[in-house]
Formats: sequence, structure tokens, C-alpha cells
Amino acid sequence: MQSIAGSKSSLTWAVHISVVVMVVLWLIPTVGLFVSSFRTADQISTSGWWASLFPAEQNVVARAADPDENRVADGSTFIVSGNLFDGEDKTISVWGTSSRAIDIYVAGDTADLGDGETIAVQANGDYEWRGNDEQIAGRGQRVFATVTAQPEFTLANYDKMLLDESNVEGMAKAFFNTLTVTIPATIIPIVIAAFAAYALAWMDFPGRALLIACVVGLLVVPLQLALIPLLKLHLGIGIGKGYLGVWLAHTGFGLPLAIYLLRNYMAGLPRDIIENAKVDSATDFQIFVKIIIPLSFPALASFAIFQFLWTWNDLLVAKVFLIDATGQTTVMTNQITDLLGTRGGNWEILATAAFISIAVPLAVFFAMQRYLVRGILAGSVK
Amino acid sequence: MHPALLGLVTIIIGVGACIGYFYFSNLFLDKVLFPGKGPNAGRNINRANQVRPWLFLAPAIFALGLYLGYPVIETLRLSITDRSQDGAFVGFANYQQMLAEPKFWEAMRNNLLWLIVVPAASTAFGLLAAQLTDRIAWGNLAKSLVFMPMAISFVGASVIFKLIYDTRPEDKAQIGLLNAIWVQFEGGAMSVVFLQVLPIVIVFIFAALVAYAGYIIFRPALSGGSGILVLAARVASAALALYLIWLSLGSILGIATAELPYGEPKAWLTVPFFNNFFLMVVLIWIQTGFAMVILSAALRGIPEDTIEAAIIDGANPLQIFFRIKVPQIIPTITVVWTTITLVVLKVFDIVFAMTNGQWQTQVLANYMFDKLFRANDWGVGSASAIVIMILVSPILAWNVWNARKEMR
Repeated sequence: MQSIAGSKSSLTWAVHISVVVMVVLWLIPTVGLFVSSFRTADQISTSGWWASLFPAEQNVVARAADPDENRVADGSTFIVSGNLFDGEDKTISVWGTSSRAIDIYVAGDTADLGDGETIAVQANGDYEWRGNDEQIAGRGQRVFATVTAQPEFTLANYDKMLLDESNVEGMAKAFFNTLTVTIPATIIPIVIAAFAAYALAWMDFPGRALLIACVVGLLVVPLQLALIPLLKLHLGIGIGKGYLGVWLAHTGFGLPLAIYLLRNYMAGLPRDIIENAKVDSATDFQIFVKIIIPLSFPALASFAIFQFLWTWNDLLVAKVFLIDATGQTTVMTNQITDLLGTRGGNWEILATAAFISIAVPLAVFFAMQRYLVRGILAGSVK
Repeated sequence: MHPALLGLVTIIIGVGACIGYFYFSNLFLDKVLFPGKGPNAGRNINRANQVRPWLFLAPAIFALGLYLGYPVIETLRLSITDRSQDGAFVGFANYQQMLAEPKFWEAMRNNLLWLIVVPAASTAFGLLAAQLTDRIAWGNLAKSLVFMPMAISFVGASVIFKLIYDTRPEDKAQIGLLNAIWVQFEGGAMSVVFLQVLPIVIVFIFAALVAYAGYIIFRPALSGGSGILVLAARVASAALALYLIWLSLGSILGIATAELPYGEPKAWLTVPFFNNFFLMVVLIWIQTGFAMVILSAALRGIPEDTIEAAIIDGANPLQIFFRIKVPQIIPTITVVWTTITLVVLKVFDIVFAMTNGQWQTQVLANYMFDKLFRANDWGVGSASAIVIMILVSPILAWNVWNARKEMR
């Protein structure tokens, strides 16, 4: 646009900066949770997650190795050498040998401990402790050091929440239950809606316009309205609370959008193809299966993603129609709200649990974003 | 049976039954009931074609009727009966009981706040993001990152934001981002700039925009010539705009005179009234991407020559945006606004997971859940569901009207 006017806008860099600010603002919440899920409970409670991304300075106390076992004779003196941090990636800036003076030496200095006893400490934690037979004995020499620790992350939280079967708060089962709810609840409405959409798009019958209007109206009926009557119905006809009930409920609630999306898409398919097929004496069923379904793939994919995200992320329908008093059929969203109640301060647990439940939708989102966008553009009633 | 196996069997039975139903019912129609052969072949084919649509539609109509149609009637019936009296008719007693509860009015007030703030903020941010990202090379990447929260569940987003709002005692390191930033402010000049001057400017811009929008909407009413309904709508919008401006001016005064407790970590979710906004942020964060995607498509659909003409006439970028682009995408903005309004009316998970309606953050959907499953009061629960339905119905009517107009 700017090029039309013949001058490059001086605002371009301002636009870049604004977009960067916006993207960062929108990303930070998720990144915070993601980073926290890789930290231990101690780390989370002592510093903010943003601090863990950069090297942090901390004071530590370390001890040289046990002299009785590790000392090596060098003439009349004995030497104990090794690394104070067992090879962990920490860098010493200043150090000392007494708790009252922890910063009197810099890395590389040699401390004089009196009567010829010395200890030299390098920046990476390597030390060499020298002295006579009596000095190099008993317990290892203590070293107080101010170190810069590199960021440290762990997979232990995921191990505990996902793989540890003895952990009753674990997400493994809930993950599985969610999957069990989601897949049938995504596929079944597509099948039913596809046939209905074909009828509404390509068949002529009285009342068609009225039916389409009904579908558009039902699109916005809040599902809160359906909770009590349907729960009553399910309990009445013996389905009770369980997978069957939640599958049926999700099917019913997903149908208006499915029919609406698919009908709009199918109505836009070229008339010639369908009429040619009819001339060649194909039945409606054949036309539907062999022509309409393959051509409607983008719309089917759009709705599948919608319904998948919606059923995977749902809390209300699962709480009402699925989860009974035993809690055996809990889904991830419900497990997380339970954890929020019982483990409100244990962020390593909460962050990991939340991220386990977010990971799959995010993967689907990035893999199939094109279809999601197309579905959103087609699905908003214009 | 193992649930996974059960799930698999259900998929096979469900999908198989659907396809089998469609296949065999068509076969039955064509071969047995109205065979397309013999003496009445022509008439039979016509008859079969009259019945066939209903075969295709039957499962969908059944499911829609049972899962969405029937509940509307049944909820209406439940809302005027009492479960503890064996479903006896009690007239409007449930509604009266509900209207007498302060918690209900709190939920109504909060819902109204949500209805104003969330659609407005999401649409505004979405429009901004759409406009900005359309001009730059890495716009698509930026868009998909802003869009990403759409995939995150309300519950997941609640956990994410609870971490941001986390509060720890004053002598410990703050691990919630908001408090970590907040305790940096110590009352100096920068604090005043960021916490008082900047919010005042933002609220002032908001008030100015409302005033401008109100003026645009109200201006045609001065010249007259429109129907009484349109005139009433315009006057009502202008009144609403005046009310919002009044509120904004009030809050500007409030911010200017406020004495902020610098340095103390705050438990953000327990501060009445303002905690509502902290909850709204979660939904705005999610819905902005949705608004951006739709508005970005609309912006690209604007005819290029209108913009060229404006440039030739010497319009600056702001004028082009507000005078040329925005008026052309008003219909799309309305769609985005109403869609987000629908989401807001049904918002449940966020409030349930973050505060469960404590500290005056109740909203209608959570109030209803509370009544249903904690107080076990089906009458009042149904009554509040009907209130949600009533709030939704103008949008429902408008959608149906639009869809019918489009089809003609």
C-alpha cells in the first residue's frame, strides 16, 4: 500500500516493534507454564520462572572429598584433589573457607590455612588441598563459594505425572479417558451431519428453508439449557453417567455447527458434477459417497478439528454426563480443576498436568491450522 | 470392558450403524417400497425421491430435537415446577426466589461487565493485530502465535493465568509475574507514569472512542426520516455511550486520586470488582486470535481501489484505517462481536477453575452450575438457564434473520 503512494512509510519499524510486543505478550503466559513444568518444586518456590532462563548467582557450601579415603602422598605432604560440584556446570567467582568470610578469595587463588596447609580452588570447582598427615585427616575442608549456576531443567515432573502408575494424582488415566471421550464424539457427529448436510444442500423438499433456519437457530442455544433435562433423560432410560451419555451429548451439541459448516460447503460444489452423475443414473447414496464426501474433505477436516478441540477441552459436559462419584472416568480438565483445589500451591504438579492436557491440542493446532482458519471463516454466521 | 475397547467398539457400531442405516434404508426405498421398475416405475422414482431427503435427515433431526430442542421446552417446564414437591406447578416462585438472591444480581452485574469488556477488547486487539500483521513479512508467524491460545482449554488457560497472578508473602521471592512486576514499583516518578498516567490515557482514549462511536450512531437520528424502532435503537446506543463515558471519567478521577499500596504483594483474585477484570483477561487472551483471523480475512477483502483513491486524496494511514477500512468491515466486526458475546454468555470453566465465584466473581453459567449440582435446586437452576437463553435470543433471532436473507 505504501508503495502505491510512492514513499516507504516511516512507520514500518514501529509496526514491527508493536507486533513483537504483542506476540511476546501473548506468548509469555504459555511459556511461563511450559518452563515451570520442567523445574523442581524447590526451584519454582525460590525464584520466578523467568529467572531460570538465565544463569543465576547463588551462595553454596561444598566440602572437599573425605581425606582418609582420597588423599594421595606427595613426599611428606598429602594431597586431596577433585571437583567441588561433581562436574555440575557452576562457575565460582569468589570464595572463602569460613562462614564469616565467604568472599575473601577469587577463583584461582590459593588459601593459606595455617601451618603450611593450603587449598586452591579454580573457577570450575576443581580444588587441590595440601597439608601434612594430621591436617589432611578427619572431614573434608569446607569451601563457601559464590557461584553462577547454569539453568537447570528436569523431566522428573512429567515422569511423575505421566509414567508413575502408583501416583493417584497422575494424568495417565485421565489422558486416556479424555481420548476415549474425544474420538467417538468427533467421528459420529461428522457422519450424521454429512448426510443431513447433503440433503439440505442438494435435495429439494418442502420445509428445507425452515430446517436450515432451525439449524442456524440451534447453533447458539446455550448448552446450559440442556444439562438438567438430558441428565434426567439419561438417568431415566438407564444410560446413567458414562461414556455413552457423554458421546451422545457431544454428538447432539456438535451437530448444528457440523450441519451448518458442511451444508454451506456442499452447496458451493459445482452443480454440473452432481447432475452429470444423475444423468449417468447414479443414486443419491452413490453420489454422496463417491463424489460429495471426497470433495468436501476440507470442510470435514475443519469441523473435525473444531469438534476435537471442543470435546478435548470441555469440562462442563464431562462433569455433568460422564464423571460419577467413583471418579474412575475423570477427564484431564476435571483432574486439573481437582488439583487446583487440593494442590493449589504445588506449581510443578499443576504446570505439568496442565501442559500434558494442552500439548495434544497445540500439536493439532499447529499441524492443521489451515483447516481451523478455514472452518472459522466459514462457521461464523454472516 | 476396557474403556478404550469400548470406545473402539462404539466407533465401529456408531459409524457402522449410521452408514448401514443410510445404505439399507436407501436400498429398501429403491428396491422394495418403490421399485424403479415395472408398470409404475416413473411414479415410484418420484415418490422415492420425495421420501429420500427425510431418510438422510432423520438421525440429525432426531439428535437435534432430543439434545437441543426438547431441553429448551423441558427446562422451561422445570423452571416453573418444584422438584421437592414432586414436580408440582409453582408458577414464578423459582424466579422470585432467584431474583431475591444477591448472588444472582452479582452474577448479572458481572455478566454485564464481561459482555461489555471482553467482546470490545478482543475485537479491538484482534483488529489491531490483523491490521499490523498484514503489513509485515513475518505476519503469518505472528498471527499463528497470537492465534495459538484458541487451542488451549479454558481450564488450561486458567492454570496459566493463576501462575501469573500467584501471590507469595512479602519477604519471599514473587513467582507470579504480575506481583513480580508490581513489587518493582516503589512510588517514584516511573510508578506514577506507569500506574496512573498511562491507565488514565488508556481510559481516556477508550472514552474518546466511545464518544466517537456514539456520535456516529446517533448523528442520523438528528436528520430524522427513519423508523421509530431504528430511532429508539440509536437513542439507546447513545445513552449507553454516555453511561460508559460517565463511568470512564469516574474511573479516571479514581485512578488519579488513588493511593496505591506500593511494594506489598497483592492477592489479585481476591480484590473485589477488579478480580473480574483479571478473569476477563483470560478470555480476551483466548478470543483475540479468533477475532484477528476473521478480521484479517475481511481486511484483505477490501477493494484495493478504495484505498488507492484515499491515498491519492492525501489521507494519512490513520484516516485510511478508520475512515476507509473500518466502515467497510463493519458487518464482519458485528459477526465477531456477536460470536464472542455468545462465548461470554456461556463462560463457565474460567470462573469455575479460578475463583469458583468467590470474592464477587460469580457469573450466570457458574451460578447455574452451583444451583444444579451443589444446592441441588433444579427449579432455580433451570430459571437461571432460561435467563441465559433470554439473553442469547436476540442474537439467535438476528442470526436466523440474516441466514434467511442470505438464502433468498
